[in-house]
Amino acid sequence: MRSILLASVLIGASLLGGCTEGVLNPKGPIALAERQILINATGIMLAIVIPVVIATLGVAFWFRASNERAHYRPDFTYSGRIELLVWSVPLMTVLLVGTVAWVSSYDLDPPKPIASSTKAIKVQAVSLDWKWLFIYPELGVASVNHLTIPVGTPVSFELTSSGVMNSFFVPQLAGQIYTMAGMVTRLNMRADYAGTYRGLSANFSGDGFADMHFKVDATPSERFAQWVSSTSSAGLVLDLKTYADLARPSAAVTPFTYHSVAAGLFDSIRMSSTQSDDALCRSYPTSMRAER
Amino acid sequence: MTLLGKLDWSAVPFDQPIVMGTVGVMVVAIVSVLSWVTLRGYVRYLWREWITSVDHKRIGVMYIVLALVMLLRGFADGIMMRTQQGIAAGGAQGYLPPEHFDQIFSAHGTIMIFFVAMPLVIGLMNFVVPLQLGARDVAFPTMNSISFWLTASGVLLTNLSLAIGEFAKTGWFAYPPLSELQFSPGVGVDYYLWSLQISGVGTLLSGVNFVTTILKIRAPGMSYMRMPVFCWTALASNLLMVAAFPVLTALFAMLLLDRYLGFHFFTVDAGGNAMMYVNLFWVWGHPEVYILVLPAFGVYSEVAATFSGKSLFGYRSMVLATMAICVLSYTVWLHHFFTMGASASVNAFFGITSMIIGVPTGVKVFNWLFTMYGGRVRFTVPVLWTIGFMVTFVFGGLTGVLLALPAVDWQVHNSVFLVAHFHHVIIPGVLFGAIAGYNYWFPKAFGFKLDERWGKAAFWCWFIGFHLAFMPLYVTGLMGMPRRLQHSDVLAWQPWLLVAEVGAIVIFAGIICQIVQIVVSIRHREQLRDTTGDPWNGRTLEWSTASPPPAWNFAVLPRVDGLDAFWAHKQRVLAKQELPVQQHAYRSIEVPKNSPVGFVTAFFAVVTGFALIWHIWWMAGFGVLGAVATLLAFMFRTKDEVEIPADEVALFDRAHPVEVSL
Repeated sequence: MRSILLASVLIGASLLGGCTEGVLNPKGPIALAERQILINATGIMLAIVIPVVIATLGVAFWFRASNERAHYRPDFTYSGRIELLVWSVPLMTVLLVGTVAWVSSYDLDPPKPIASSTKAIKVQAVSLDWKWLFIYPELGVASVNHLTIPVGTPVSFELTSSGVMNSFFVPQLAGQIYTMAGMVTRLNMRADYAGTYRGLSANFSGDGFADMHFKVDATPSERFAQWVSSTSSAGLVLDLKTYADLARPSAAVTPFTYHSVAAGLFDSIRMSSTQSDDALCRSYPTSMRAER
Repeated sequence: MTLLGKLDWSAVPFDQPIVMGTVGVMVVAIVSVLSWVTLRGYVRYLWREWITSVDHKRIGVMYIVLALVMLLRGFADGIMMRTQQGIAAGGAQGYLPPEHFDQIFSAHGTIMIFFVAMPLVIGLMNFVVPLQLGARDVAFPTMNSISFWLTASGVLLTNLSLAIGEFAKTGWFAYPPLSELQFSPGVGVDYYLWSLQISGVGTLLSGVNFVTTILKIRAPGMSYMRMPVFCWTALASNLLMVAAFPVLTALFAMLLLDRYLGFHFFTVDAGGNAMMYVNLFWVWGHPEVYILVLPAFGVYSEVAATFSGKSLFGYRSMVLATMAICVLSYTVWLHHFFTMGASASVNAFFGITSMIIGVPTGVKVFNWLFTMYGGRVRFTVPVLWTIGFMVTFVFGGLTGVLLALPAVDWQVHNSVFLVAHFHHVIIPGVLFGAIAGYNYWFPKAFGFKLDERWGKAAFWCWFIGFHLAFMPLYVTGLMGMPRRLQHSDVLAWQPWLLVAEVGAIVIFAGIICQIVQIVVSIRHREQLRDTTGDPWNGRTLEWSTASPPPAWNFAVLPRVDGLDAFWAHKQRVLAKQELPVQQHAYRSIEVPKNSPVGFVTAFFAVVTGFALIWHIWWMAGFGVLGAVATLLAFMFRTKDEVEIPADEVALFDRAHPVEVSL
């Protein structure tokens, strides 16, 4: 009964996965490989777990006290063969799934570049309270709460945080990675199909966390080039001063873009959090209760 | 600086009707219980027989009462979250603003782990372990009372945060930098830290106490390999407490230094490193999972053996598996943050060690299965919880192995898939076990059984409700829903969240059944009376004494010459090799004297904690002095034991013959 329920949940989920956003509906090679591992490992383990559940229910039912036909064997408390079996079955399973774990940890390691004939584009992502800043260092533009990427081109992320920890996550394209102040994490992904995907912060970061999601537009390369040229022609300039404005806590920010970005801004964001006399750190009210 | 530090009337959230309503209900409940106790003249009785008691059985019962009360609080938080997430979809904001919702999920996790699961397992160990060992009490009875009252202090402080100030808004593990002063300037994180520091001292003392008891105080003839499996799991669990809780205490001390004295252990500036906190938190946090689950495994082992009328299958394997889990639990902490960007080799290593823990756990499941094989299984309430656990837990283990695969973890970490997984192992693994143990040992503690029908109804509500509440979260997790979401714009998640809400309501029906069960059982206690001391045809020594046992547990210490000592004795009686009741030469027995030191120390601990939270320094000094003075006064007392005369022991023993019921 349990297995039927779980199986129906999984089937329901995969049916749903076919028509909704989520990790079961991958749109890029990394997420696709991760889903395959999820499915394989689930299959391997269900092959053990379902018989165990059936055996448990069967044994408990057959050996019920009222069953006259069941043979009472109070001294059946040790059997070398069964001991060998009960240790080796889980051990074999772990050997099998452990190998998958080992291989896939290397293959899908987030900082590992995706092999491709097209050159990867670089994006520097910064989590702020409570929005995302995406800087395109090679293109000199930046956007807030909206990520635009070309289809079929690997995207190589460098990520950091302005303060608290967040987790950068686009479920349909790749697994998540934490963003941490003063540190850089790396992630690679590629979208193989044009479309709009959901991106989000997966790690709780405070009161505005629920609105810390963004759209990822994967567009054909000519459309992407168009987006870059229209973005770089108008809008705000992102430098240390406008960054300080952006870094003030705010939630549910409507996406907007910057037409140019000061060189080395990402590094100075990363470095700034290591200095103690940072003006940004002082922008919080002294008492949340008083504010209310 | 004022006399009351940061405390003033603005600390009481008068403007929040939900909070004030809850506070009102709690105040009314507490006042009515206290006035009932006073009017009926029970104050003296409570003080002498319970509050100052150092009897491990009484302390065990108090731990479990505390846990069950806090289960109601934690569950209320849970159902509030489910309701909020169920209605706050597609632009709706629901009824809980973020600053309130964030406190609720933080309090839910903190309360369920530290003040429900921990007191449940510590309470069961308190009640059962000395009885199973054939001992008269734990090694340090007064310290045991201090442990309990310090846990209660933590509970009190946490609940005080509801009415005065706020609780942490950081999640139950309070990751910095979010939990640092810069981002959490309120008192919420301080409530969290001081509550857990104070109760953590209690837990550490419990661990020391039980390790000593199990290693040093056992009935004559009970060698290690003759100990009941529950005692083995208790030993493993307490060893983990002794080794893991100091890590948590040191970690919180560092965060407190950051928050109070401007240190920079985990701050974003001046070289602080939050990754150190994350590592150390889980160096405590993963062994904590096994601190909770191992004693529950012990309960399942006892229940499976007793109600199958067989010894546990593969006792040596079970002991080996328990101790293997105990050691391996320290090698897996990094699987809580595969998403932090460690190298592929590190991730792969910790992924595999995490899976290896599944091997001894799998062995345990098989051995329970083979314990039932060839037995005569009686489908009592504890057995239902045990079988319910077995068929549920294996799926929780399955999703656990999925999460141990770094490549899968990156996709579902921090999502409600993870929430579903750890509820899928902790509810069947710990809570089902604790409820099985509660139904199993209740007649031993109070002398009458719990009502079977309401007990079974409670099981089915919990079992069905659990699956309805958490299976949908696997689905929404795979659909990309992160945990701790106050509202969402994704309408596709809502139907699943509403099913989960229904599940929570079904679980609530289960809790109601349990309350009815206890009321009905008390009213029908004469029909449910256990006069034999052995209502289940038990196997271990706790069933060889009266129900409830006298303060001295055993009139004459039992002699043990094998596993399942009491069962073996009954077999010899059946074979007419031994008399059912032997003639003893009774001797006078010394039992530890009751002491208010635990209660008084805990009172000063609450004062100190409250003062530190609100920066009332003079009061903190007063509290610390009071606690130290109390302990000093205790150390200098001259009389610490009461002698029970041999006549009284004999009288009680003859009035409560243990019958052999087969």
